[in-house]
Amino acid sequence: MLVTVNGERKEIAAGNLTGLLGEMEFEGRHMAIAVNYRVVPRLRWAKTALNDGDQIEILTPRQGG
Amino acid sequence: MSPVDFYGKQFSSRLLIGTALYPSPAIMQQVIRASGAEIVTVSLRRESSGGRIGNAFWDLIRELGVGVLPNTAGCRSVREAVTTAQLARELFETAWIKLEVIGDDETLQPDLVGLVEAAAVLIKDGFQVFPYCTEDLTVAQRLRDLGCRVIMPWAAPIGSARGIVNRDALKLLRARLPEVALVVDAGLGAPSHAADALELGYDAVLLNTAIAKAGDPVAMAKAFRLAVEAGRAAHQAGLMGARDFASPSTPIVGTPFWHAVS
Repeated sequence: MLVTVNGERKEIAAGNLTGLLGEMEFEGRHMAIAVNYRVVPRLRWAKTALNDGDQIEILTPRQGG
Repeated sequence: MSPVDFYGKQFSSRLLIGTALYPSPAIMQQVIRASGAEIVTVSLRRESSGGRIGNAFWDLIRELGVGVLPNTAGCRSVREAVTTAQLARELFETAWIKLEVIGDDETLQPDLVGLVEAAAVLIKDGFQVFPYCTEDLTVAQRLRDLGCRVIMPWAAPIGSARGIVNRDALKLLRARLPEVALVVDAGLGAPSHAADALELGYDAVLLNTAIAKAGDPVAMAKAFRLAVEAGRAAHQAGLMGARDFASPSTPIVGTPFWHAVS
C-alpha cells in the first residue's frame, strides 16, 4: 500500500506499525509514532493496522533549545 | 540559594539549558555538568537512520541524570504543536512541555493566538505547559488563567544574543504575575543578561546558543551559572532604586574646610 512516512511517500508491505518499523530497519526503544496526527502508544503498535494514504510520523529524541 | 518550583517540583538551579548546537556530544555533557542545570531542553525529530542517532543522544542525556523539558520547536500550527507535545509525552515519559508555536520565520516570534489555543488543549489533556511567549501582559494573563504555573517570555528573538530588549514590559509581567514562575527564555547573549533577568525577580533563565556558540562553551556555562546565582542573590538582597541625581556616599559632616571663611 502507499503511505507517507516522515514526509516521504512509500510503497510498503507491512500491515501494522511494528511491521513497518521492521521493514524500515528501525532499532532501539526510543521512538514515538503518530498516524494521521494521532499518537499511537507503543503497546498498540502491533495492533494498529495501516491503511492506504496514511500519514505516519516516526520521531526520535534530538537536541533542542 | 532558595529553590525554584516548577509544577510542584523543587530545583536548586535557576539555569535551564538547551542541548543543541554544541561542538560535540562530549562538550554538551561537560557543559551540562559545568552549568549545574537540573533541567535541559530536548526535542524530537524525524530520523532516516533507523533510530540510531536519536537513541545515542538519549543515552547521553540519561547518563547525566537531569530532568528533561521537551519542546515543540518548529511547530507552526496548533495541530502540529499539540501532536508533537503528545508524541513528546510518549517518548520522554513526562507531562512537561515547552510549548512553542512559531508565528514568524524571520523573528521566530511566537504565534500568541495559536499558543493560547494549544495551551488550552494540552492543559485539558493533562500536560504541565511551559509556554514560550513574548512579553505581552494580556497573553501571559490568559495563559495563567488557563492553568500555566510557569510562563516563559523572551528577552529578545531566539539566538539573537541581545539581552532584555523590553525591560519595562518584563518588569510589569513580574509585578502582575507574582504567583507564576517566570523564566526568561531566548535572546540572552551574556552572563550579565542572565543576571539582569534574575535581578528583575525572574525565577530562572533558559538559554542555549550563548553557551553552545561561545569560544569555550564549558567555561561559559560556568560563567552563566555564577551570573544566575549572583542575580538571584542580588534580587533577594534588595536592590536600591535608580536616581536621577547624585548622592554622596562619603559623609558631609566633618568635611575639611566646610564653610571656612577665607
